[in-house]
Amino acid sequence: MGGVETELPQARYSYGGDEFVFVELSEAMSLKVNFRAMAITNKLKEEAIEGIMDICPSNASYMVRIDPDVLHPDDLISRLKELDEEVGDIEGFTLESRVVDVPVMIEDPWTHETLMRFRDRHQDPDATDLEYAARINGYDTKEDFIDALLGSPWLVTMIGFVPGLPWCYQLVPPEEQIEVPKYVRPRTYTPERAFGFGGGFAVVYSVEGAGGYQLFGVAPAPVLDVKQELKDFQDSIVFPRPGDVFNYRRVDREEFDEVRARVEDKTFEYRKKEFTFHPDRSLEDPHAYNKEILEVLYGDQG
Amino acid sequence: MAIRVKQPGLLTTVQDTGRFGEYAIGMPPSGAMDVFSYQVGNYLVGNEEGAAGLEITYFGPELEFTESAVIAVTGAELPPKINGEEAPTWETLAVQEGDVLSFDYLKSGARSYLAVAGGIDVPVFMHSRSTYTLIGLGGHEGRALQEGDELKVGESGDRSDRVGKRVDDDHVPAYSDAPELRVIIGLASYRLTEESMQTFLNTEWTVTPDADRIGYRYRGGELEFVEREQPAGAGADQANVVDFGYPIGSIQVPGGVEPIVLNNDAVTGGGYATIGTVISVDRDTLAQTKTNDKTRFRSVGLDEALEARKKRRRQMAEIKEALA
Repeated sequence: MGGVETELPQARYSYGGDEFVFVELSEAMSLKVNFRAMAITNKLKEEAIEGIMDICPSNASYMVRIDPDVLHPDDLISRLKELDEEVGDIEGFTLESRVVDVPVMIEDPWTHETLMRFRDRHQDPDATDLEYAARINGYDTKEDFIDALLGSPWLVTMIGFVPGLPWCYQLVPPEEQIEVPKYVRPRTYTPERAFGFGGGFAVVYSVEGAGGYQLFGVAPAPVLDVKQELKDFQDSIVFPRPGDVFNYRRVDREEFDEVRARVEDKTFEYRKKEFTFHPDRSLEDPHAYNKEILEVLYGDQG
Repeated sequence: MAIRVKQPGLLTTVQDTGRFGEYAIGMPPSGAMDVFSYQVGNYLVGNEEGAAGLEITYFGPELEFTESAVIAVTGAELPPKINGEEAPTWETLAVQEGDVLSFDYLKSGARSYLAVAGGIDVPVFMHSRSTYTLIGLGGHEGRALQEGDELKVGESGDRSDRVGKRVDDDHVPAYSDAPELRVIIGLASYRLTEESMQTFLNTEWTVTPDADRIGYRYRGGELEFVEREQPAGAGADQANVVDFGYPIGSIQVPGGVEPIVLNNDAVTGGGYATIGTVISVDRDTLAQTKTNDKTRFRSVGLDEALEARKKRRRQMAEIKEALA
């Protein structure tokens, strides 16, 4: 067996074949474990160790692709264990981050048409995805659920699946986290920019394709721009970065169309601000800290 | 222009070694699935390592050369024909202006590689010419070749002295329709019951029709997960985990009945428990299997995987030197 257990109770170090090292910090998701994954991978990046090809932080884990002819997986694992200890419980760790206004239209016609088409693959064929999610999370009405969903900002905890797709975990205490199962059987179609939810994560599908997350709405602005025509994509075809804070903001059809028009004529730019994220403050009192973060984003808005 | 596509074949794409270093943004590497055959093709025609060629799947294309070229066909036993005359594989060939390269039916393996002296000259996208069809980037217009496409070939100078060079028979792989793939068990393998892990390793699996550059699905056994209260963020199904990264070659078992091995164009992460990873050398073996072939997975340690990798490197160096 190739798995290598550590003395830390939860972290599992494992070989992903001969070219990957996979580290599962915890089986369960939490903001803290994601901060740890980001802190460890950020430190690893700074070290610029020869033989490392990719460093991929993910929700409660991370993965490193190596050239084993240059760097032996065991040597990397030894270093990762040291970094893990250095990071500890992330006290004092800060993250250079961005807070971003991400418009989203809830219950739009396109994802509605899609979810109705795939009712036979859903837990509750007689409700919409949103009605189902509201009910199983104990909300009296759909609107109350939407208020909770869009009432607090989200941390981008992982990028992947396909290029640019951000997994987002809400910056709220554990007892307020929304949790919704994925579809019983995945859909064969999801519209581009669909705003979905699965497990404990909100996503924006970067491209059209298969998908198993519940569909709540659609974002007018892209997270992937292969042609790099929009200003936010000049340095990368992908907009989201791990550690970004996304504030999903509900827009009506009128604003949706307006943003779409600006995307089409290439003038769209996300409203965003750079700031230094303090994970320990977020963990201590997420709602109070969220207010401060959103003040950074919207403070100068008259 | 140097190659005109008269018939595209089933799935013919421009590939090179791959688009590395972009995994963290969710970009899989793409690239030739059978690295050995692809690289040896480049050695035969005297290309730099990493020059782009064509990956030909199951059923070959018909290609007209609009100028003379030096080429080689490696990989699957998909016999090439020049103007209808059978031509050898694993050997450097000359084609003249107007010659048509076509292929007979597949005899063994699954993927052939066409190397052309100078390399297929499509635009480089994010430091690679490899095609990633899922979102339509790289290669020739981000897609598989179609009838009427015209491909440029890079500058190569006179390489006619290479014609007739041939890979030593000892180095030409024989493709089995029931290969064994070596796997390092790990990742979230703790999710499978001990018994199911044994079932996984003892079953002769069958490649299903869902077998492509994204992943290979297998049938033949049923695997069970260790019952647990699902952790926060994972979702309700026992096959689900908190979404994490998927290594290339990793094996996941959604629903317990269809193990999937992820390939070069796969999703880079997701929420299905992964149980191990096919070692890099054996990804080439997988690439030469097809629907209805059998496959067994054998558990090996890291040392054996690294040894296999070293052996492969030595073999490639030997072939390269012999063809120099």
